[in-house]
This record gives sequence, C-alpha cells and structure tokens, in this order.
Amino acid sequence: MTPAPRPLSVETTLRVVVDRDRCCGAGNCVLTAPEVFDQDDADGLVLLRDPAPRDALRERVQRAVDLCPTDAIRFD
Amino acid sequence: MTQSTETTLPLWPPVNSARGPFTPLDDAERQRYFGPVTRVLLPTGITAWLVSRHTEVRQLLRHPAFSSDLTRPGFPLLRPLPPEATRDLRGAFLQMDGAAHTRLRRMLTAEFMIKNVRRIEPLIHRTIDEALTDLAAAGPPADLVSTVALPVPSKVICHLLGVPYADHDFFQSRSRRLLDRRVPPEQLQQAAQELRAYLRSLIDTKRARPDDGEDLLSRLIRERVEPGELVVDELVGMALLLLIAGHETTANMLGLSVLLLTRHPGRYALLRDRPDLAPGMVDELLRYLSIVRTGLFRVATEDVEIGGRSIRAGEGVIALIALANRDAEVFDDPDGFDPYREAHQHLAFGFGVHQCIGQPLARAELRIAMVELARRFPGLRVTAEPQELTTRDHSIVFGLDRLPVTW
Ligand code: HEM
Ligand code: SF4
Repeated sequence: MTPAPRPLSVETTLRVVVDRDRCCGAGNCVLTAPEVFDQDDADGLVLLRDPAPRDALRERVQRAVDLCPTDAIRFD
Repeated sequence: MTQSTETTLPLWPPVNSARGPFTPLDDAERQRYFGPVTRVLLPTGITAWLVSRHTEVRQLLRHPAFSSDLTRPGFPLLRPLPPEATRDLRGAFLQMDGAAHTRLRRMLTAEFMIKNVRRIEPLIHRTIDEALTDLAAAGPPADLVSTVALPVPSKVICHLLGVPYADHDFFQSRSRRLLDRRVPPEQLQQAAQELRAYLRSLIDTKRARPDDGEDLLSRLIRERVEPGELVVDELVGMALLLLIAGHETTANMLGLSVLLLTRHPGRYALLRDRPDLAPGMVDELLRYLSIVRTGLFRVATEDVEIGGRSIRAGEGVIALIALANRDAEVFDDPDGFDPYREAHQHLAFGFGVHQCIGQPLARAELRIAMVELARRFPGLRVTAEPQELTTRDHSIVFGLDRLPVTW
C-alpha cells in the first residue's frame, strides 16, 4: 500500500554538501545517486544537482557518503 | 628490531600456485597475514606493515600521511628501484602525492567520468562485437585471452588515447615486463624507457600536426602542452600510465570472470537472461577476484595509528585490498561468489585520492563483454581445470596467460 502523499511543506528533505577541493572525480556518487550528484563537464569534479534531496533518497545518499573515496560528501 | 627477528617475519608476497585462481590466500596464509596490522618482510629485505581488514584499509588509503612516492626512503619496494627511476617516473601520477598528483589527475578526470564513458559505449560495443567475431572464426576451440580478453581493452584504450593498435605486440610485451616482479632493475628500466621513447615520438608526430586528432593525446597537446601548462615528458608519463592501466587490468578481469562464471552454467546463463543483473555481477566479480593481489603500497610521512598500532614516519605499509574484500565484517559469506550480492563496498579499485580513474570504463567494458559473450556463445565452456591454467603469480596484476574455451 502506498502512503498518502504528504503536503510538500512538511516533507522532510536532506541537506547535502560537497567539497570539490577534496573530490578526486572517481564518480562513485554519480553511480550511486544520480538524482543528487553529477560531475562537471569541465573538470570531472562533483556537482550537486540537488542539495536538498527527498528523504526517500536517504539510504542512497548515505551510501554515496560511505563510498566517496575522499570524504568529500556529507550531510549538513 | 634486530636482524634475527626480522628473518623470522613472514615473507610478502607468498607465491603458491596451488591455491588456484580464486583464492587470494589459503587458510594457513590468512592465519599468518590477516589482521589489523601484521609485520612482513619483502624480497628487497625491507620490512613493512600489512593492513588487511576493510575498516583499516579504508582508513589507511584515505589518510593524508601516507605517500605513494616510491622514491621516498622506506617505501616498501618489492624489487630494487632502477637507477634512473626518478626520470622515468615523470608524469606517473599514480606515484605522486598532494598537489603534484592532483594537478595531473584533474587534467583527466572529466575524460573518464561516467557521462563520457556512456558516450563511447558504441565504440566499446563495436570493439567487443569484432572480438567475438574473431573468437567465432578462431575456433572452437580457441584461446579467449588472445582473442577477446586482451584485445578488447587494448583496442579501446588505444582508440581513446590515439595510439596505433597495430603496435600492440610492442607495448603489451613491455608493459607485461613492467608488472612482473621477477624482472631485474636493468630490464625494468629498459622496458620503461622503450615505452617512453615510443610514446614520445608518437606525441612529437601529433604535435607536428596539431589540428588533426580528436583523441585524448592530441587534445592534451593542444589544451595543455602548447599553452605551457604541461611539459611533454609529463604527458609521456600520463600516457604510459593510462596505456598500461587501461589494458592489463580489464584483460585479466575478463579472463578470470569467464573462468569463474562458466564453472556454474546457471550463473553464466544469468548474464544472458537477466542482463539487468550484470552491473551488480561486475562489482561482485571485482570484489571476489580482486586482481591487484599484492596490495597497494605506501610509506608513512608522519607517525600514524592504524588498527591500534603505531606506524612511524618512514615505515612502509601495504593495503591488502584482496583480503579486505573478503572481510566477514563487511561481506556475508565472503568466500562465496554471489551474483545477487550488492558488493558496492568492495575496494578492488582502491580508495582515497588514487582510486581508479578508469573505473567507469572498466565497468562498461566488463559488463558489455560478459553480456555479449553469454548472448553469442551460450554454450561456452572452459576446457581446462582451474588448477591446470598458468596464473600470473609474479605479476602486480593477477590473471591468466591463456584460457582455452570451446562452445
Ligand atoms: C578492472 C579493471 C581495473 C582495476 C581492478 C583497477 C584497479 C586500480 C587500483 C586498485 C588503483 C589504485 C592504485 C593505488 O591506489 O595505488 C587504480 C588506479 C588507476 N587506474 Fe585502474 N583499474 C582498472 C582499470 C583501469 C582502466 C581501464 C584504466 C584506464 C583509464 C585505469 C587507470 C588507472 C589510473 C590512471 C590510475 C591511477 C590513479 C591515481 O593515481 O590517481 N584503470 N586502478
Ligand atoms: S564519490 Fe567523492 S570523490 Fe568521487 S566524484 Fe563523488 S564526491 Fe568526488
């Protein structure tokens, strides 16, 4: 059964921040949560597509945090 | 530490072909080497710390106080450095630290990112189709390594770099020597210098015709060398690193993967029937086979505590990713191959700032090659027992020399 949609205003969101200086561009985050992370066409370093992803993405964003080889992603 | 205790230390790496291709270390060896931090003796007489649990390997590879510079005193060398090593390592960012490493790596990160690999998937597909046609023409029976596993990644990296594949005998024989631990320093130096001379003359030719090429080397010449951001010697080293890392690794993964999957016809058929599972299977193959079995080598630049042990500045450490990938704390039934396992946490591509830059390319090559092979050769079988195959026990990248197959 799908839960009734909640009004947008109270839907919890995550706060994600990335540190491009630390990023080594291996792209694990893009592989893990492409809705949230991208890589810059110019330098291949991480870009946030969505700094406040839906809570439903929590597990995958957490995995991206764990898999990032340079500790460049965190929850704010 | 006195000489007498040093001679009783276990030797790293242990050579033991009786283990077969799927067991990085047998049970007795694991007793000896598995642990947070174990002291070992290398063939060069240097002692080093072996780190083999998942948590500590991650911690070590992400720690800024460990250097990849093999010319630093105390670096855990498996063979003596050739006399002209410093010169021959120019541009080899795999062996650099800090800003020097970042500067060169960042010139390439965009090139190998997932988006760009997706763009070149048609090229990868075409290369694989041709290789499978060659396989069909060669047999049955045929050798899968020389028809498919080696040519596919070699052709792809040659195409991307703009290196003529026709020269593959030349660079494959020399890159194999660079990876072989038994090769004496003079021969190692000769192989490195021959490869560098070859790439330098290729780069010089490209420089003489600046607007010609859309390949990576031509672009790096136009965008980095001509404006003065990069010297030719550095580009030579970067090209050499990409050429070697780009084919030896994927080639060995492919041979071993086919051997493993065809042992259980159900698993092999899964590639054809459920290609959606292939990306996950590729990660499990990377974990299970962990081809960089001798480990990743570093030297401490400060005193650091790892796994409760104090490692002093100037001491060597070896991150054993092959054992970390079999750590029961992280992977259930770690010695079992499970095509449904989500093995995201494997460390087969390393961890930290040197984590493999070519992983999107390697993943795409492995996935497409395995799926297409299973589709076009559903009855593929290996005609030798795993124990009968010659394995590369002395290479920095583990793999098979040949893989006889029929269908
Ligand atoms: C299945 C195939 C592959 C495996 C298992 C693999 C494994 C690795 C590992 C473990 C490292 C880290 C070394 C260290 O930390 O000391 C690495 C680095 C590297 N790999 Fe791969 N690799 C593969 C394919 C490729 C491909 C196809 C390329 C081609 C572009 C490539 C290019 C590189 C480069 C240039 C580095 C050095 C990165 C740096 O130092 O920043 N690799 N690889
Ligand atoms: S996983 Fe980390 S290092 Fe890799 S691209 Fe994403 S942020 Fe950068």
